[in-house]
Amino acid sequence: MTEIEVFTRLNKVFRKVFDDNSIVLSRNTTAKDIEDWDSIEHITLIGAVEKEFGMRFQMKEVSSMKNVGEMADIIRSRV
Amino acid sequence: MRLDYPFSGAELLENKKAIRKELLNDGTKRTEKRIAVLGGSTTNDFCRMIEIFLLKEGIQPVFYQSEYAQYWNDGMFPPEELASFRPDVVYIHTSFRNLSPFLPSPALSKEECGQKLSEAYEHFSVLWKKLSEDYHCPIIQNNFEFPGVRLMGNRDGWDSRGALNFVRKLNARFADYAENTPSFYLNDINYVSACYGLDRWLDDSVWYLYKYACALDAIPHWSFNIARIIKSLFGKNKKVLALDLDNTLWGGVIGDDGVDGIELGSETATGECYLAFQNYLKSQKQIGIMLTVDSKNDLNNALDGLNHPDSVLKPDEFIVIKANWETKDRNLVETASQMDLGIDSFVFVDDNPTERALVGASLPKVAVPEMDSPYTYARVLDRNGFFETTTFSEDDVKRNAMYKANADRAVLQQSFADYTEYLLSLDMKADILPFPELYIPRITQLTNKSNQFNLTTKRYTEGEIRAAAADPAHITLYGKMWDRFGDNGVVAVTIGEIRSPDELHIELWLMSCRVLKKQMEYAMLDVLTEECVRRGIKTIYGYYYPTAKNGMVKELYKDFGFEKVSESDGGSTVWKMDCASYEKKNHVIRVNCPEEGEKK
Repeated sequence: MTEIEVFTRLNKVFRKVFDDNSIVLSRNTTAKDIEDWDSIEHITLIGAVEKEFGMRFQMKEVSSMKNVGEMADIIRSRV
Repeated sequence: MRLDYPFSGAELLENKKAIRKELLNDGTKRTEKRIAVLGGSTTNDFCRMIEIFLLKEGIQPVFYQSEYAQYWNDGMFPPEELASFRPDVVYIHTSFRNLSPFLPSPALSKEECGQKLSEAYEHFSVLWKKLSEDYHCPIIQNNFEFPGVRLMGNRDGWDSRGALNFVRKLNARFADYAENTPSFYLNDINYVSACYGLDRWLDDSVWYLYKYACALDAIPHWSFNIARIIKSLFGKNKKVLALDLDNTLWGGVIGDDGVDGIELGSETATGECYLAFQNYLKSQKQIGIMLTVDSKNDLNNALDGLNHPDSVLKPDEFIVIKANWETKDRNLVETASQMDLGIDSFVFVDDNPTERALVGASLPKVAVPEMDSPYTYARVLDRNGFFETTTFSEDDVKRNAMYKANADRAVLQQSFADYTEYLLSLDMKADILPFPELYIPRITQLTNKSNQFNLTTKRYTEGEIRAAAADPAHITLYGKMWDRFGDNGVVAVTIGEIRSPDELHIELWLMSCRVLKKQMEYAMLDVLTEECVRRGIKTIYGYYYPTAKNGMVKELYKDFGFEKVSESDGGSTVWKMDCASYEKKNHVIRVNCPEEGEKK
């Protein structure tokens, strides 16, 4: 899967989970850039991303991802 | 997106923000209720989901959430925030994960394991007593799901040293307490997790990562069960089932198949299925639920069906029986006013998705569960918890009744204006054309099966149908109709004979009851008249021959704008209409649209 494809689908998931159609993700996007992205919403987000791509993150990945770019890299290495 | 059973847990979680926003903006006036959630594990998404389910029931919850896993300390030694919260209900969110300090083990004696059980029970019961003294409000306590592993295998279930056996015994002790303590309710996650599937329910990774006591997608299911109890406590239960008859209480169409033709009773698999559903409904009466009928049928046919020898639900089991040709939402509104109940007390039970869509759109406060196949009817009703049996105060009952009566009047006014709009929203399309070879068997079958919407009840063989189709002195039309919910198939048949060059005599006019009140009969008449004009026919004659079952179409030609020519002693009538002055009657079905052609 290309990085663009992954980002397109991630963007869709982010917009749904945060109910915010203005979200535009980049590799550098972090929780600081999205108003509602706190530790609680992070859980729903991870679950939704896993569903979208039909994969699961390893436990250590969930807490160690630094930005959306790293998330996309993990997804690309897995699907 | 469904907020009732069978909902998708994942969908609800992912869309919870949007769902919440939509519910909050739907104009519903809600009662605020204060809920103290004392957690033994993470509670955030539980509160979010409980909120959504309660908003749907007209309750606006306000939550207090204890710090992580502080359920016992918070209850026993309340922080100022909880002490001043004045909860309307306290919910203790614990699970098997919280039992680790108490669990038995094969290293202990049977007596020591019994001691462990008592310790666990005391740990909780002392908390319940304290909460009850402090807040004087209902307490909801989870029981325990089964553990994910069995150390001793099957022995774990029956040996006192087994964790599984321990959970079973502790759950039984909790149940005893609940049975003997007013205002104390068990949230049965042991049952809910079994329904969900224990292996899917238990997800160790979300426990280690986020300290959630179940899989993420199971959170809405767990929360739904809590919301059921809470809305019931605050008087938001449903009270009445409004039941369709054909293919809901029995298999088949009583008006067409007759009382001997419907499937009910232990003779066939289908009949047995409907019988079981009737038994389930009858057992609802034991908890005070009222049954009513809302059916498109002649009253006599409906009563014949209910008096079927294998029918468990005889006519006197129902408070109100509406069997007529009104729209179902209007019937519901009338039933509600007759019973002096709010429309939001009703659950509408109908196998037909189009009827459900009508009632759902016209009366949004009515619960309209998805009744798709008879063998799941009882489960769908049951899992929705419409009649969750807790107790609620006399005051709540009265307040509800007053509120409901007002809402009821408002809804009644609305239902008139909306029906044409509703029909248009169905996006109905039809093919109305001369009989093609393909449909000869279906058309023949209809002429032999249709009894209710059938003006002459003339029966035909396939040969006769084929002959009429080929004869230039006959006009034949079949009508096939579909809408956004699906294809109804061939539903209308008309045969007219040209007896003199400018006269058409309608020998057969029938329609399937599944498309009643959709203006399909108007669409048929439009095409027939157009064809007559094309052929230079000036007058159309219609005939009505009464039978035991076709009372509903006695005045059809009058409604069509025909004038009565004669009436016999037996009630047979002859009608005629001048084609030249005819104006199109159907404005809701698109007929023979070339761009779409025939469906599939």
